[in-house]
Amino acid sequence: MPINYYIFLAVALFSIGVMGVLTRRNAIIVFMCIELMLNAVNLLLVAFSKMHHATALAGDAATMVGAEAQLFVFFIMVVAAAEVSVGLAIIVMMYRNIHSVDINFLNRLKH
Amino acid sequence: MSITEILFWFLTALALLSALMVVFSKNPVHSVLWLIAVFFAISGHYIILNAQFLAIVNLIVYAGAIMVLFLFVIMLMNLNAETEPQKNRWLWWAGTIAGGSLMLVIIAALKNTENQMAQIKGGDIGLIQNLGKVLFNDYVLPFEISSVLFLSAMVGAVVIGKKD
Amino acid sequence: MTKLTYLIPLFPLIGFLVNGLGRRVLPKSFSGAFGSLTVLASFILSVLIFMEVRVDGFTAQQIRLFSFINTASLNIPFAFQIDQLSSLFLLIITGVGFLIHVYSTAYMSNEGSDHYARYFAYLNLFVFSMLLLVLGANYVIMFIGWEGVGLCSYLLIGYWFKNGDYNNAAKKAFVMNRIGDLGFLLAVFWMIGQFGTTNFSDIFPRANDTAPAVLTGITLLLFVGATGKSAQIPLYTWLPDAMAGPTPVSALIHAATMVTAGIYMIARSNILYTLAPVTPSIVAVIGLATSILAATIAIQQNDIKKVLAYSTVSQLGLMFLGLGVGAYTGAVFHVMTHAFFKALLFLGAGSVIHAMHHEQDIRNMGGLKKHLPVTHLTFLIGCIAIAGIPPFSGFFSKDEILMGAFAHSPVLYFIGTFSALLTAFYMFRLYAMTFLGTFRGTHEQEHHLHESPAAITIPLVILALLAVVAGFLGIPEVFAKDAHWLQHFLAPVFADSTARQEAHAISHNTEYAMMGGTVLAILVIMFYALKKFGAYTKTGEEASGFAKLLANKWYVDEIYEAVISRPLRGLSVFFNNVIERSAIDGIVNGTGKFIQYSSRQLRWLQSGQVGSYILIMVVATVVFFIIQIFGK
Repeated sequence: MPINYYIFLAVALFSIGVMGVLTRRNAIIVFMCIELMLNAVNLLLVAFSKMHHATALAGDAATMVGAEAQLFVFFIMVVAAAEVSVGLAIIVMMYRNIHSVDINFLNRLKH
Repeated sequence: MSITEILFWFLTALALLSALMVVFSKNPVHSVLWLIAVFFAISGHYIILNAQFLAIVNLIVYAGAIMVLFLFVIMLMNLNAETEPQKNRWLWWAGTIAGGSLMLVIIAALKNTENQMAQIKGGDIGLIQNLGKVLFNDYVLPFEISSVLFLSAMVGAVVIGKKD
Repeated sequence: MTKLTYLIPLFPLIGFLVNGLGRRVLPKSFSGAFGSLTVLASFILSVLIFMEVRVDGFTAQQIRLFSFINTASLNIPFAFQIDQLSSLFLLIITGVGFLIHVYSTAYMSNEGSDHYARYFAYLNLFVFSMLLLVLGANYVIMFIGWEGVGLCSYLLIGYWFKNGDYNNAAKKAFVMNRIGDLGFLLAVFWMIGQFGTTNFSDIFPRANDTAPAVLTGITLLLFVGATGKSAQIPLYTWLPDAMAGPTPVSALIHAATMVTAGIYMIARSNILYTLAPVTPSIVAVIGLATSILAATIAIQQNDIKKVLAYSTVSQLGLMFLGLGVGAYTGAVFHVMTHAFFKALLFLGAGSVIHAMHHEQDIRNMGGLKKHLPVTHLTFLIGCIAIAGIPPFSGFFSKDEILMGAFAHSPVLYFIGTFSALLTAFYMFRLYAMTFLGTFRGTHEQEHHLHESPAAITIPLVILALLAVVAGFLGIPEVFAKDAHWLQHFLAPVFADSTARQEAHAISHNTEYAMMGGTVLAILVIMFYALKKFGAYTKTGEEASGFAKLLANKWYVDEIYEAVISRPLRGLSVFFNNVIERSAIDGIVNGTGKFIQYSSRQLRWLQSGQVGSYILIMVVATVVFFIIQIFGK
């Protein structure tokens, strides 16, 4: 499969995530859109790992080039899981304090 | 058009459609479900790319654990569609246009790159055996440290979420 | 003894610091006595130095204190020069200065103690600056003193600073002086450019090899400085207004010392002036014109101090005439005698004003002879001296200048003589209206008329004695051979110039005839003035015709107002209204308004809403992408 397809797909997913972050005001949806963006990047990383692997295979049949990228994705997932647990805890606390998850109420930065 | 390609286009369409539905759904629960669909589609892509380990981990961690967490929170708060009246149309359009132009710019920037092929079938670096070797040979320290990260995230989540 | 020269200006400086800093705590008796004593100490030192200098064969000494400006190409030391000329001026300044300090202790006794101390602080600062001026061994040190006396003059004219007119007079003096000082400063720069130094001892020997055009430029610029400080046309108008200051100040600064700074400076630079082709003639003509102009104005003035002020301007003009015709000794001689009798006249006028309770209009005086006997007598001596009646001092010094003028050109002589005759007329008019006749003031004033205290009369008597005898320092050669002590004394200073001047021998008979004619004319005018104004009664009618022109001082102030001030003011108004308001304020206010406006617009960016921040971030990212990728 041409790498461009994967690139375009990842960019499209990422942009949809950005759009969601910009347009939605529900903090949970915003959070989910961020996860979507993370996944778009993950997909791109895997695609590139396979691309490099294919290139390296031509020289060395036993090469392991590309495995690092997939491990990188693995670590991203680890970090994302930790991030989600903390982020959701924050959202819960926010809901407890202002009884809403609307980020437009989070305008304390102005003051 | 081979079966792989058909599968590729199908999964791509599914991912994009589901992603859009995540953004445009009124009900947060629907968004979560659509997002799970996106993750499935991406996992499918991983399988096509012969990254089986990541495909499974993606399903387990994202679609399984994380999204369940989301669902829990949404249900705990009893959110529904009416809680988010979208008043500012201007901001909505601005966000859409900004996101769209971001996509257009990046695509325009990358469309003329040298076109290489990503290996789809074959290639066994994505297998658990191989990844495990690399992980526990070269990346064992980050792997162990990530457990500390989890521990601290867990403590943090508990401290933040504690009712006081 | 010359090693201690630095003490001479140091004493008044200490007096200034003590009185100036302690003016709120010092009692009046202390500040007055301390101020006077510091000057007395300087006077004693000056006398000691004079004793050393008067020995034959004394050569000029430079005393280098420290390096003032020290760069690779320019080295200006803070140095003093002791020679015959500076030593003579030291005596005049500290001697007359001391007498006036003593006089001031009584004259200013009505002032509050802090103002009293302030007065003495200014006076001491003035003496310090004046000493710096005459002691400086280069033009830069001289310039420091030059500016210092200008500052003190300003401070003392505006001493009664609650009176707006006095403040305006002070400002006028300062501004007029600044115009002159600019000329001086440019001359100093030119000298630095031409000679690379400002030391007298370095410049004067090299003057001979310098292009005449350069010398003319430098000397003319220096003369501009002199016209400011010494009140010559066109910058003289500040001096009559400077009479706003206390009378002792007028005596010290505006008669005896500061206004002679210009003469000192030109006498000091005599070799430059002798070598410059055109300048001496200009100096002579301007001096003569000033002399005549001021003398004519003095005839119609009714303020006792204004008459003396115009008389001072007139006498200064005569001194410049002397400088212009190369009679340097005569000019310095006249400076000295003038310091005595004009200080005497001013102090006498101060005594009269003191007795009359600050009445200065001579039309309201008259008959003061019997009330103020000491003042009357000393004032009369001063009048005779300034009028030039032998054997009083003014005769000798004025005669020497006029003889020098005659040697140069008879026309100059006759005009100068005419000025001298006018001097006699207005001085005896002043004397007659003040002391003769019957008292024309109010009864209350008459009741309070009294002779001034000893602190005022003693300086008067001393100065009167000096005014009588000082002339014998310079007996002309017609009367006795080699009796001109001053010429002998100052010869080393003017040696180079004298060597370059052609000797004009005037036959003794001519000289006798001219002297006799002049003295006779002066006596006639004196008696005419005494007779005419001795029985002056107030008529109340305004002066008319030519007299009105004179009473209004030839309308010089008005001409300056019309020619210089008004266009300048118009220009200022234009700048204020158009450039300042529209352009500069427009830019400044426009900047402010623009920032206010743009801030108000930009404020919407800081909504505090996370969403808008992210939006901006994304937009910025897009822009950066575009620039990065497509901008090449």
